[in-house]
Order: sequence, then structure tokens, then C-alpha cells
Amino acid sequence: MNKIATLTTKEAAIRVAPPPLVTLRGVHKVFANQVTALEGLNLDIRAGEFLSLLGPSGCGKSTVLRLLAGLTGPTRGEIVWLTKCPELGFVFQEPTLTPWSDVFTNVWLPLRLSGVSKEKARPRVEEALEQVGLAGFAKAYPRQLSGGMKMRVSIARALVTRPTVLLMDEPFAALDEITRLKLNDDLAALRSALGATVVFVTHSVFESVYLSDRIVVMAARPGRAVAEINVESPTESRQEGFRLCQAYADTCVQTSEALHIAMGDRPPKMLKSGVA
Amino acid sequence: MSKDDFVGYAVPAITLGLGLFAWEGLVRYFAVPSYLLPAPSLIISTLIIDWSVLSASLWVTLSITLKALGVAVIGSVALAILFSQSRLVERAFYPFAVAMQVTPIVAIAPLLLIYLTPGVAVLVCAFLVAFFPLLANTTLGLSSADHNLVDLFQMYRASRMQQFMLLRLPSALPYFLAGLRISGGLALIGAIVAEIAAGSAGQGSGLAYRIVESGFRLNIPRMFAALLLISVAGITIHLLLTALSHWLLRDWHDSERGRET
Repeated sequence: MNKIATLTTKEAAIRVAPPPLVTLRGVHKVFANQVTALEGLNLDIRAGEFLSLLGPSGCGKSTVLRLLAGLTGPTRGEIVWLTKCPELGFVFQEPTLTPWSDVFTNVWLPLRLSGVSKEKARPRVEEALEQVGLAGFAKAYPRQLSGGMKMRVSIARALVTRPTVLLMDEPFAALDEITRLKLNDDLAALRSALGATVVFVTHSVFESVYLSDRIVVMAARPGRAVAEINVESPTESRQEGFRLCQAYADTCVQTSEALHIAMGDRPPKMLKSGVA
Repeated sequence: MSKDDFVGYAVPAITLGLGLFAWEGLVRYFAVPSYLLPAPSLIISTLIIDWSVLSASLWVTLSITLKALGVAVIGSVALAILFSQSRLVERAFYPFAVAMQVTPIVAIAPLLLIYLTPGVAVLVCAFLVAFFPLLANTTLGLSSADHNLVDLFQMYRASRMQQFMLLRLPSALPYFLAGLRISGGLALIGAIVAEIAAGSAGQGSGLAYRIVESGFRLNIPRMFAALLLISVAGITIHLLLTALSHWLLRDWHDSERGRET
């Protein structure tokens, strides 16, 4: 009896979609130099989803992150959060670490700024370092680390406050392809373990398809959303094998076409295979 | 000691040795009188014989230099912090700092002697010369924190004090130290120049005064000995400040990064 009742509630929950975690309604952003970064952007971000913002340079995708982080306000329109003051984590394109302090102190920073002592913060910092695979590197200085490791420190710093929303601004764009693939895998694993909402800005079709539940394709001048793609994966959490699925290849083609249209080009025709 | 270190020390040492040897040889060969150009050996023996007079003067000059540098450090850092907190204050005072810097110290010294006792005037001159490089560098350093880090601090609602202590101050450290190395040398130059300018006012027992005095008495070897002490003092100040800079920045700053070979 009890079981059936639970099922019904679950079904009901699926039918009535929960309100989005954050809604951007008609958001305009014009910079001081009169450049329009965003024009009338409408976007719902749902709790727990991995959302990628994909688009060419100048489409305002980074501006969306800065708006979400509260680093700047919209010129017009509104940004409505479901919860007041959600805990945010931000990862920049550069590792953005303080070179004068070791890895521990860098990861401690967000907690330190809210008044948590070094000793009190220690378990949280160690946990965050473990999550990004850097346990044992607490005493290293940033300059002793590779680009990929610095980026992991940066992610650990974003995770240390246990954020409900993780904002990532092309975090792997400056890394080499091999490091990038590895970090993509690790981020996918980390994300399913944490269950946080992620808003991920990227230039890369493959990265966005591999990581996301949903991709919003944006166009430039003025910045706006032009297409939305849902990514279907055979498994709940992403694994390396997803890159070999037909579904992955198809979504990449579809996303790539949407990006071409967003940039005002005609999508290229698929070449006939050489083997008859 | 590696091969590079050996070359780094040995080559300039050999150059110096050969130069001194040629100097000594030429002076002896042409029998140049010591009131025109003393031989290096005579300069060294004068240094030893006159050590009691010269060392007292060296101490006077060094103490003026260090006091001036100390006051310049405190003053410039305090003013740079004030500048970084308020654009208006920077606008109001920076032009005067520049004006102070571009006016030659030799031209200001006689004026200062009217208002101040000679000892204080010399100190003020040395301070004025040392002040500006420190102020300019520290001001630049305080405003050159990584803007992404500034955003990050803002996002985590850091207080002004936290942003200053944890971000702006450490970002400024390499700039401050670069300024300090320039100012260390300049403070010594300022002290010497000001003392020469003030010397005519009758006061002084620093190295500059010894040079002027020796010139009047045609005691040229002592003049060279005093000059040598000034050079050695300047080099020592530079080396000490370089070592301080290395010690403070070795863990993290690119300027102290050794290339892995």
C-alpha cells in the first residue's frame, strides 16, 4: 500500500515540473562602452542540471555567468532565484590562484573570507582536494603545478563551500587536448557525485555534448539564445564510453549545425563515405 | 659551485684584476704623481692608514642613508595605501610627488639649508630621492591585483580589509621590492650629493665631506679611498636588498624562478 502511494507521489512530481532554480527574464546587458552583450535573454536553469552555454566569442555567455554570480547587474530584465543567497562556486578560464600561498591556503580562501579558521577549515579543504584528485598536494605552491593541476586546485576552491550552483567559465579552454579530456571525465564523475547544478560556458561542441544535460546555443552581436538541445545519454552519469555512442555522435552533429546557424553560416553537408 | 657560477664570479674578477694591474703598471711606468692619479696600492694603504677617520665618516653616511631609506619606506607605503583607497587623494597629491622627483636634489639642498639644520637637511634630501621610486612602484603594485581574483573576493563578499590584506598587499610586494632596490642606491646618492651641497655650510663629517676636504688639501689618495668606500657601501646595500627580495619572493614569484635544466 505504502509503496504504491510513494510511486504516485513520484509520478506527480515528474508531471508537475519543479520551479527553475533561477530564471533570467528579458535580460539586457549593455556595457559602459555601449556594446550590447545580451539582448532579451530568457533562460531557466533547473536545479541539478548540467547546462552548457555554447557560442562564438562575444555572444555574452561569460556575461551570463557574471550576472548569475552577482558581479554585475542587468541593464534591463530580471534574474530571479528560487532560494535567497544560493551558495555559488566560480571557476575562471585561468586558474586564478594566489601565487604567494600554497594549495591549502588557496582552497581555504572562500571559507577564510567568511571567517572560518584554518583548523576548522582543514577537513573541508582536504575533502575538496580529494574530490579533484589532489590529496597530498596541500603544501605545493601553484608554480610547482602543471596547468591541469592548477585548474584542479581552482575547482577544489570552488567546491570547498559545497556550492549549490557551480559556474564555470571555459575552465579547460587553455589546456591541451589530453588534459582536457581527462578533466572532462573527472568533472562528469564529480558532478554526478555532488549533484550540484552546473552552468558551464564553452567554445567546444564536444565538451558541451559530453558533459551536459542541456545545451543552450547562443549567437553574437547582440548576444542571445538561439537554440536548445537536450542531450540523451544511455546512462544516468556520464562515462568515457558515452563518447563512442551513436547518440553522442548524433548530438554533436546536431549541436554543431545549431552553432553554424547561430553564427550565420550554412551548416556543411556531410561527406559521402569513400567506401561504397 | 657550478660552471656557470664560476664564470659568473671569475670573469668579472679577472677583468677587475687586469684593470687594476694595468693601472698600477701605468702609474709606476710613467711615474704619475700621486696628487694626479694615485696607484691602487697607494689607495689601499691610505684606506688602512686613514681607517679611523674614514670609517667614522662611512658610519655617518651610512646612518643618514639608512634613516632616509627607512623614513622613505614608511612614508611611501603609507601614501601608496592612501592613494589605493581613494582616487581623489591620488589625484590631489600625485602631481606634487612627481614635481618633487623631477626637481634636482642639488637645487633643493641650498634651500633646505636655510630652513633646517645641516644634518636634518641632508637627511631630508636623501629621503626625497629615495621616496619616489618606492611610491610609484608600490602604488602600481597595489592596483595591479589580478582582476579575476578581485571578482572572486567580491563574489565571496570579502570585506575591504580582507581584500586589502589577502590580495592587494601581497600583489604589491614584488613591485615594492623592485622600488626598494632602486631607492636603496638612490638614498646613498642623495646623502652624498646633499652633503656635498651642505659641505660649504660648514657641517659634515660624512664620506662626501671627506672627498671635498681631501680635494682642498690635494690629498688625492684619500679622495679615492673615500670613493672606494662609497662604491662598496652602494654595492653592499644593493646585494642586501636583492637578498631580501629573493628571500621574500623565492616561493612564488616568476622573477625568482630558477629554470630547470
